[in-house]
Amino acid sequence: MTRTFDLEVNGVAYPLTIDPGRSLLSVLRGEIGLTGTKEGCDDCECGACMVLIDGQPVNSCSLLAAQAEGRSVTTIEGIIDGDRLSEIQAGLLDEGGVQCGFCTPGMIISATALFARNPDPTPDEIRVGLSGNLCRCTGYGRIIEALAVDGVGRADRPAESGS
Amino acid sequence: MTEFEIASSLEEALALVAEGYRPIAGGTDLVVAARTGRAPLPGRLVSIERLDELSGIEPTTEGLLIGAVVTHARLMRTQSVIDDFTALADASALVGSPSTRNVGTIGGNVMNASPAMDTGAPLVVLNAEIVLRSTRGERRVAAADFWAGPGRTVAEPDELCVALAIPNQPDGSASAYVRLEYRRAMEIAVVGAAARVDLDGRGRIIGASVALTAVAPTIVAVDGATEVLAGRSLDPATLTDIADAASRKATPISDLRASDTYRRHCVGVMARRAVEAAFGRATGDPIAVPVNRSTGIGAAR
Ligand SMILES: Cc1cc2nc3c(=O)[nH]c(=O)nc-3n(C[C@H](O)[C@H](O)[C@H](O)COP(=O)(O)OP(=O)(O)OC[C@H]3O[C@@H](n4cnc5c(N)ncnc54)[C@H](O)[C@@H]3O)c2cc1C
Ligand code: FES
Ligand code: FES
Repeated sequence: MTRTFDLEVNGVAYPLTIDPGRSLLSVLRGEIGLTGTKEGCDDCECGACMVLIDGQPVNSCSLLAAQAEGRSVTTIEGIIDGDRLSEIQAGLLDEGGVQCGFCTPGMIISATALFARNPDPTPDEIRVGLSGNLCRCTGYGRIIEALAVDGVGRADRPAESGS
Repeated sequence: MTEFEIASSLEEALALVAEGYRPIAGGTDLVVAARTGRAPLPGRLVSIERLDELSGIEPTTEGLLIGAVVTHARLMRTQSVIDDFTALADASALVGSPSTRNVGTIGGNVMNASPAMDTGAPLVVLNAEIVLRSTRGERRVAAADFWAGPGRTVAEPDELCVALAIPNQPDGSASAYVRLEYRRAMEIAVVGAAARVDLDGRGRIIGASVALTAVAPTIVAVDGATEVLAGRSLDPATLTDIADAASRKATPISDLRASDTYRRHCVGVMARRAVEAAFGRATGDPIAVPVNRSTGIGAAR
C-alpha cells in the first residue's frame, strides 16, 4: 500500500506517493532530487545522510520518510541562504576542513544543530556534536579547528566560492 | 510493501497493535535492523512517537513516570532524572551519537531487549517498573523480571510499553552507570554496570544494588550487593569483593568485540567503578553525567 502525503523540505511541500517502507534518504535523493544529502553506509553508522528534522540532526537513511510527515526537514540545500554560505560552510572551506567533501554536508548539518543549541562550544563539545559523523580524509583536526575559530557559526557572510 | 499508520491517539495505537501492527518509535533499532538485513521491516507499522500520552516526564507521589517515547536526548537533559535517577541519565547520554539520541526512545530501548542495552541496568538498580498496556488493560512488570532473552521480553505482542515508573529513591541514595567502550560514540557497551548505593545519616552504606550489561542473555542483577557492601568503607578489599561478585554473576559470550574471559574480568572493573561513582555522588562529589565522559573513557576516576 502506498502512502500519499506532503513532505516539507527546506520550506517547500513536496507531494509524494511512496512505499512507506522507504527511507527519508532515498526519497530525498530519488524522488525529490535533492542529492546534497549523501549515502555513505545506508546503515546508520557514518552520518553522511544527516538532515535536520524540526531542527534536530537525524540520520535520514534510517528514518522512514513517512515518519517525517508533518515535520520540517532541512537538508544541506536549505542551509545556504541564497548566495551566502553559512558561517559554518565558509569556515570549513577557509580552514581546510573539506577534502573529498563526501562527509561535509552531514558535518555541516550536525554543526548547524550544535551551534543553534550552543553558540560557543568548546573543542570537546564540538567533538561530541560531530561524533555521529565519520570523515575518511581529514583526520577531523581541521574540521574541529575550523569550527572552533572565533566567530564561526554566529553570522552569515558572503560566499567566497561557489557551492 | 509496508503498511504504515501514524497513530493519533493511544487507543488507536493499542487497537492497531492488537490487530498485529508493530509499533515503531525512533526506528533506530527497527529500521536499522532492516537496513543491515538482520530482520526485514515488519509488514504493518504503527508510528507511536508523536503520541502525547507517551511523551510525558511526570513526577508522581511514588516517583517519576517516564513516557515510552521520551528520547535519550531529553532524558539526559532532564534535571529531575539527572538529580534523582542519575544512572539513567548516564546511560542515555552514552547511546549512539547526538542524532541517535534525538530519535531513539527509552521505550524502544527497553522493548528491543538487547543484552547490551544501556538503560536496562540503571532501570534494574533503580527498581523501575515497565508499564504495559493493551486493549485488555494495564499491568506493571519489575525491570528485573522483564527481559527473557536476547530480543525477548515478557510482554505480549499486543502490549505497548507506555511508560517506565521509577520509584522515589531513599534519602542518601545515589546511582551511576559506567560502560566499557572502544570508541566514544556510535558504540554499544562491551560490558557495563549500574550501581545504586544507599547511605545512612552518618555516611555508612546500608543498601546497594548492582546490575550488569552485556555479560548474559539479559541484563542481570548481582546477587547480594547489599551483603557485600553494607557497613564497609570503600577500601580496596571491599571494591575487590564487589568486582568479584560481578564477575561471578557474568556468563558472557566471546565475539568479535571481546572474549568471554575479558568481558568477565572487565565487568568486575565496571561494577567497582559504578559503585565508586554512585558512592561519590551520594557523598556530594559532583561527578557529571555521563560518568564515562566526565572522568575518562570507561573510567570512574
Ligand atoms: C548508530 C547506533 C548506535 C546505537 N547505540 C546504542 C547504545 O549506545 N546503547 C543502546 O542501548 N542502544 C544503542 N542503539 C540502539 C537504539 O538506538 C536504542 O535501543 C533506542 O533506544 C531504540 O529506540 P527507538 O525508539 O529507535 O526504537 P525502535 O527502533 O522504534 O523500536 C525498537 C523495538 O521496540 C519496539 N517498540 C518501540 N517502542 C515500543 C513501545 N512503546 N512499546 C512496545 N514496543 C515498542 C519496536 O516494535 C521494535 O521492536 C544504537 C543504534 C544505532 C543505530
Ligand atoms: S548513510 Fe546514513 S549513516 Fe551512513
Ligand atoms: S572530507 Fe572526505 S570524508 Fe570527510
